[in-house]
Amino acid sequence: MFKRFKLSCDEATAICDKSQYGEASMKELIPLKLHLIRCKICAMYTKQNTILSFFYSGYAKSCKEVKHCFSLEEKEALKVVLLKHKEL
Amino acid sequence: MSAKKNTLDSNKWIDKYADYLYNYSISRVNNSDLAKDLVQETFFAGLKSASNFEGRATERTWLVSILKRKIIDHYRKINSAKGQAEVRMNFYENGENEGSWLEERVPQSWDNSVEKKLENTELKSQLEICMDRLPEKYAMVFKMKTIQEFETAEICKELDITASNLWVILHRARVQLRKCMEDNWFNN
Repeated sequence: MFKRFKLSCDEATAICDKSQYGEASMKELIPLKLHLIRCKICAMYTKQNTILSFFYSGYAKSCKEVKHCFSLEEKEALKVVLLKHKEL
Repeated sequence: MSAKKNTLDSNKWIDKYADYLYNYSISRVNNSDLAKDLVQETFFAGLKSASNFEGRATERTWLVSILKRKIIDHYRKINSAKGQAEVRMNFYENGENEGSWLEERVPQSWDNSVEKKLENTELKSQLEICMDRLPEKYAMVFKMKTIQEFETAEICKELDITASNLWVILHRARVQLRKCMEDNWFNN
């Protein structure tokens, strides 16, 4: 019966990553919790993963404030290229 | 009463849509030059297939759908064996230790001032350096899911990959990012 709950470290960290996005199912989370009780390395990975998720979400917030634009020169050059392409 | 049909005016495309398409593209390809090339290719393809435009979608939606195809084509091209080979495995692959941590890649303790370090402006550039070191496809999937916060189904549809494939890519990307941040930020 317990074999069903047994995970390798690779599988456990994969579920841990999935859970960072809130998309791991209960069927995956229960074996993960059991694995974390006995595996200190994966428990540390999980703790560090949560810290990194916090960093990534801060980074995401700052990225959303950045707007990328073509320069005016690039737009003019693109217009010329497009016009030439149209005439072909 | 029939719905009003949309029309195309290619003379205004660049002023109206170039920046929008550029932002859309750069968030998915992680390279500004490539993103600009894809926008240009989108306009060329739009001109070529203008006669197929039925007017049901807006001009912008129609151009975005062309750009999406261009991005998918780009990722299909790079989705080669080379991308797979770039991954340094963190776990034993065979024998009785299969799936366990490789000794040299076991996570190390980080120093306790992590929260203080969040204030550091260098953190953002270090995160970018680590993301740039990922294989291109991993970086793209990671950014779409984590930075752009797209839904899993949407990424799978756009990139023509399965959900399990997406989670494998994200897992490998995050394991590599963790190691990179450990070596270059936390324990540096």
